[in-house]
Amino acid sequence: MERNQKKGWLYLLPALLFVAVFLVYPLIDVLIYSVQEGYNSASQEFFGWGSYNYSYVLRDPYFLQALKNTLVLVFLTVPASTLLSLLISLALSSIKKLRKLFQTVYFLPYVTNTLAVGMVFMILFDQTEYSNGLVNLILEGVGFSPVDFIEGPYWAKMLVLCVYTVWTVMPFKILVLTSALASVKEEYYSAARIDGTSRFRIFYKITLPMISPMLFYLVITGFIGAFKAYGDAVALFGVNLNAAEMNTIVGYIYDMLYGDSGGYPSYAAAAAIVLFVIVLTVTVINLLVRKKHVFNG
Amino acid sequence: MKVVLSELTKHFPAPKKKGEVVAVDHFSFEIPDGSLIGLLGPSGCGKSTTLNMICGLQKPTSGKIFFGEKDVTDLPPEKRGVGMVFQNYALYPHLTVLDNILFPLENLKGKEKLKKEEKMERALTCARLVQIEGLLDRRPAELSGGQQQRVAIARALVKMPGVLLLDEPLSNLDARLRLQTREEIRRIQKETGITTVFVTHDQEEAMSISDCIVVMKEGVAQQIGAPQQVYDDPANLFVAKFLGTPPINVFEGRVEKGRLYIGNEDVLSVSGAEDGKVFVGIRPEGFVPDEKGTFTCTLKGVEVMGRDVSIVAQHPLCGSGAIRAIVSSEQGRAVDLSSSSVRFRLKSEKVFLFDGESQERIRVK
Repeated sequence: MERNQKKGWLYLLPALLFVAVFLVYPLIDVLIYSVQEGYNSASQEFFGWGSYNYSYVLRDPYFLQALKNTLVLVFLTVPASTLLSLLISLALSSIKKLRKLFQTVYFLPYVTNTLAVGMVFMILFDQTEYSNGLVNLILEGVGFSPVDFIEGPYWAKMLVLCVYTVWTVMPFKILVLTSALASVKEEYYSAARIDGTSRFRIFYKITLPMISPMLFYLVITGFIGAFKAYGDAVALFGVNLNAAEMNTIVGYIYDMLYGDSGGYPSYAAAAAIVLFVIVLTVTVINLLVRKKHVFNG
Repeated sequence: MKVVLSELTKHFPAPKKKGEVVAVDHFSFEIPDGSLIGLLGPSGCGKSTTLNMICGLQKPTSGKIFFGEKDVTDLPPEKRGVGMVFQNYALYPHLTVLDNILFPLENLKGKEKLKKEEKMERALTCARLVQIEGLLDRRPAELSGGQQQRVAIARALVKMPGVLLLDEPLSNLDARLRLQTREEIRRIQKETGITTVFVTHDQEEAMSISDCIVVMKEGVAQQIGAPQQVYDDPANLFVAKFLGTPPINVFEGRVEKGRLYIGNEDVLSVSGAEDGKVFVGIRPEGFVPDEKGTFTCTLKGVEVMGRDVSIVAQHPLCGSGAIRAIVSSEQGRAVDLSSSSVRFRLKSEKVFLFDGESQERIRVK
């Protein structure tokens, strides 16, 4: 036992070192930055310790905008994409013909470059001198007035961003859920059918509990992924996200470091810690929910 | 409830080939009310397909199924009132034993709907019947194979089905548990009086508890009858070979003028049989070691099994490698082990003749 434990630690060492150097150390460093007031990156000096960086960030309208955007994005796209993926996976598992084809089709966004997808969305939503975009064409066709989705009202821009996010995260979820559904043994369904279980009850009482660990995994990773959103917004609205009111927390952190208004590592660090705390809280809540409701093999 | 299968046929599309596979071929059988029936055969013989057609999970290509007087051929499984125990039990792993047993009752709708206390009472009655009342709070993963089996039976019985179906009920249990569980199935079946059909590839299992066995091969019922009757009076070579441990010994022989010859030896009088080539099946207990016997084999050894003795021998006309004869220990001791051969007298009621071509039984007087 003793020897095995030593061996175990030895095998863990490479990963531990990697995590320590590239994750734990930076995290502590960021924490220190975030409480150093008036830090100057050129001279590497600061006035003193305190919470000023936090109070600045939490009062910065750009940060509040970014926070709001991120929360909207998280709480709209995670449920929407998970639910849609579940529906599509259920449909995929219930067909036999063309299943392979559709599986491929639904997986395509996963292997497509974010910026390429962004360009496709431009064609769909962007208004140019020559056209109003495909979506507007359809809207006009059914009698609505065209909307500027890229530079127009906030809700329109948010809608595009949400659609975009849902669309890009779905392939992975569908992949995971179809395999989860396939792993539920046919016998359970046969047994349930013989006992006269309605289709809804079969789904609710058998399928759902059995795929719940996977579903839960997708929700947690979905939340974390959505909190870290940034690239998608850039692909749609360009790098000046503050002006477009479409910034996210990660975008704000990036801008504070390298953007036009950048050069403030302390604010960036404080914002990063705020994001960390939010993600941690949401994940802990998720885990508590899991304990109560998820069946573990 | 009486179950009648009439000309039941099931075709499957053949994989990767044109045409069809006939899984069950014009199977007719009337299962008397309250009896325990064993569907027996090697894998791929259509026994599971037959079971699935009775429960309604598969639709017959042609033929009819009646429960009592009612034609259920086109009814979906849930409307047939059958209970089924699956090979792997199919217990819902996320539910406790109690919830598993309650599951079928919670599906009841409309008039059939039960009050909570009634449901509990029925679940508990079933749990007591299969003796698992102490395990109700556990999850299936926390149970042994035998206990899971009992839960599955309880779940199948709780809605009081007219017919109970068991698919390879003992195949997932170890040898000791198998003996115990098959007695248990018999007991539960007798106590409830429910018409029960079970599928197995293990002849011993089927023989030991069934009122009646159906031996199947390639979708065709070869013989139907009480276990002992089928064993003592097989309809063809397949049935004879399939029943019995150790298996029947088969020789190539011929009939000449009412005498049976194996090689050059005249072994038995078989009046009534026509001259020609035959297969001779001799049950292991049909051999009697006798120095004056007319049937000579090469002696390979004697295996002591306690109560009786198995003589292992060889014969050039025997299809399988070794012949096994089961004799009493006194008779076994009498065999001269230093000799290279052993002579047997044959018990005529344990010797069956089968046609050399069709392998059908030739009856002799």
